[in-house]
Amino acid sequence: MRAATSQSWRDWLLSEAPQSRAQARAGQAYRRWRGFTENWLGVVGLVIVLTLIGMAIFAPWIAPYDPLAQNLSQRLQPVSWQHWCGTDSLGRDIFSRIVYGSRVTLLIVGLVVVTVGPLGLILGCVAGYYGGAVDRILMRVTDIVLAFPKLILALAFVAALGPGLENAIIAIAITSWPPYARVARTETMVIRNSDYIAAAKLQGASSLRIIMLHVVPLCVPSVIVRSTLDMAGVILTAAGLGFLGLGAQPPTPEWGAMIAAGREQIFDQWWVATFPGLAICIVALGFNLLGDGVRDALDAR
Amino acid sequence: MSGTLLDLKQIGKSFVVKRSLFGAPLQTLRALDGIDLTLKRGETLAIVGESGCGKSTLARVVLRLIDPSEGEIRFDGDNITALSPSALRSFRRKAQLIFQDPFASLNPRMTVGDILNEPLMLHDVVPASEQDGRVSALLVQVGLKPQDAKRFPHEFSGGQRQRIAIARALAVEPDLIICDEPVSALDVSIRAQILNLLADLKAKLGLSLLFISHDLSVVRSVADRVAVMYLGRVVEEGRAEDIFANPRHPYTRALVNAVPLPVPKRESRPLLQGDVPSPISPPPGCHFQTRCPFVIDACRTGRPPLEPCGGHDHRSACIRHAALPDYDSPMRDHATAPVLKRLMAAFVRPSKSETTN
Repeated sequence: MRAATSQSWRDWLLSEAPQSRAQARAGQAYRRWRGFTENWLGVVGLVIVLTLIGMAIFAPWIAPYDPLAQNLSQRLQPVSWQHWCGTDSLGRDIFSRIVYGSRVTLLIVGLVVVTVGPLGLILGCVAGYYGGAVDRILMRVTDIVLAFPKLILALAFVAALGPGLENAIIAIAITSWPPYARVARTETMVIRNSDYIAAAKLQGASSLRIIMLHVVPLCVPSVIVRSTLDMAGVILTAAGLGFLGLGAQPPTPEWGAMIAAGREQIFDQWWVATFPGLAICIVALGFNLLGDGVRDALDAR
Repeated sequence: MSGTLLDLKQIGKSFVVKRSLFGAPLQTLRALDGIDLTLKRGETLAIVGESGCGKSTLARVVLRLIDPSEGEIRFDGDNITALSPSALRSFRRKAQLIFQDPFASLNPRMTVGDILNEPLMLHDVVPASEQDGRVSALLVQVGLKPQDAKRFPHEFSGGQRQRIAIARALAVEPDLIICDEPVSALDVSIRAQILNLLADLKAKLGLSLLFISHDLSVVRSVADRVAVMYLGRVVEEGRAEDIFANPRHPYTRALVNAVPLPVPKRESRPLLQGDVPSPISPPPGCHFQTRCPFVIDACRTGRPPLEPCGGHDHRSACIRHAALPDYDSPMRDHATAPVLKRLMAAFVRPSKSETTN
């Protein structure tokens, strides 16, 4: 019975002659979803990212201990059934800290993407649309930022702003907009010469209106793809800043800072640094795989 | 009513092809070279010529999408060659363009309703409360359904998309519509429908059309006057019937010869040999001298002026226009077999209820 229902649902979705607009839309979304799931690596990435999000949301229920509770009698305990990932030098449960650390990671990724995407999009569209001197100035600024290694520039900004989670986010945002501007500019230069932009101009639309209502919406998909691919890099930069003590400050359970705390015991108590490192590795991989999958599904090119 | 709507005086446009290291122009392409044309109110002026002769550049210069390098454009008596941005915006209400490719001229992310609403909003054509009604009226006017406003351009065929583009051009209630090869991207079977629609709208709304095309058979069915362009210059201009029945320039004759006929004749007509010379370095004197069968030495020096060569403002830029041999134009209305006539009429017959293509 259940198989029959799901079969009829699939027939309804894949119908060659949809009866309503909603059915056609749903069918198209379903086909796109099937295209995405054909790439099993992309699905693995999606599962990892969903797990991360789930971990962040349900952290209090998943984590067996308080991530900040110190228990000096239990310090540097090896992996056991009580402490799945062992404890650190202050006796805090590492597994709980990793679970709570997912919140910090997601916060950083989310805020960076939310600030960087629109910023890069607008700068790129303006540069691409106006061309000439505006383009040259904006793109040279982009080149300058792009010429610095990302982590080093972020380090410089954090050093100037002072260590802390907010400043780390700002520093990462300042250093990671240029690729978005590049992508948006390239798209805009193609769109700018199209007939429908000329038509909008002929109707008396202002440049601002053309950029915001005609150019930007068409650039959004490629920026989304770019940002999913970029998230792994953001995580690594954030962890790098945390490792150097410039990101989230103790006792916040930030993965990079946890590795830094464990580096003195790396040979005797390997688990202290290893498990946060594994978490960073798996999540970065997950975002990369998801990004590839999304790109293949959205972008025919 | 019969006043001059558009008056072009010595319009020229050069594009820089190559620049030196310091930005000084090294090579320029002369896309338009001293264009003198007028368009009367309610008239259809067709501009014909091979691809690359400057037809589309002329359309864009007239609409001020491109600024002319020299010359003066007068629209309804006002000089629009140098307008302030705000004055340019109000000029946009009076002249609109229909593009060649209906697949490129509609924003794929906007619904038809949004596309038609934009000009209404930008110019406050109607109050906001009446915009939806106006969009419906526009769609009906071009033979589409009001419900189509909710759909996206990709849901329509080429002919329907061109109707949407026409509706968009009409939205601002312009005086002049420039049609840049409006049917050349469409299937032959749909061309007549779009041409009839344009003719109907022109008659109903009192529009003036500047009709750009390389297809003489299309031009003959729509144009009152015809200007023939070759390498950025107008080489012949006159009433459509004069141009087709009695062309006074060798290039026009070659174009007319190249038109496919419904009843082909046995003997082959002489066609043009060779290619259009590069517009970067056109030959001195008459641009057509390299391909002209009637060329003499005098053709190689000095630009031939566009001179009257017959009644009804017929002008030709051939210094030998009086010496050209008689010409039996294949586009003069010959006696056609009645069956064929009826068949041809069936293809061009305007019908009231054309909603689908």
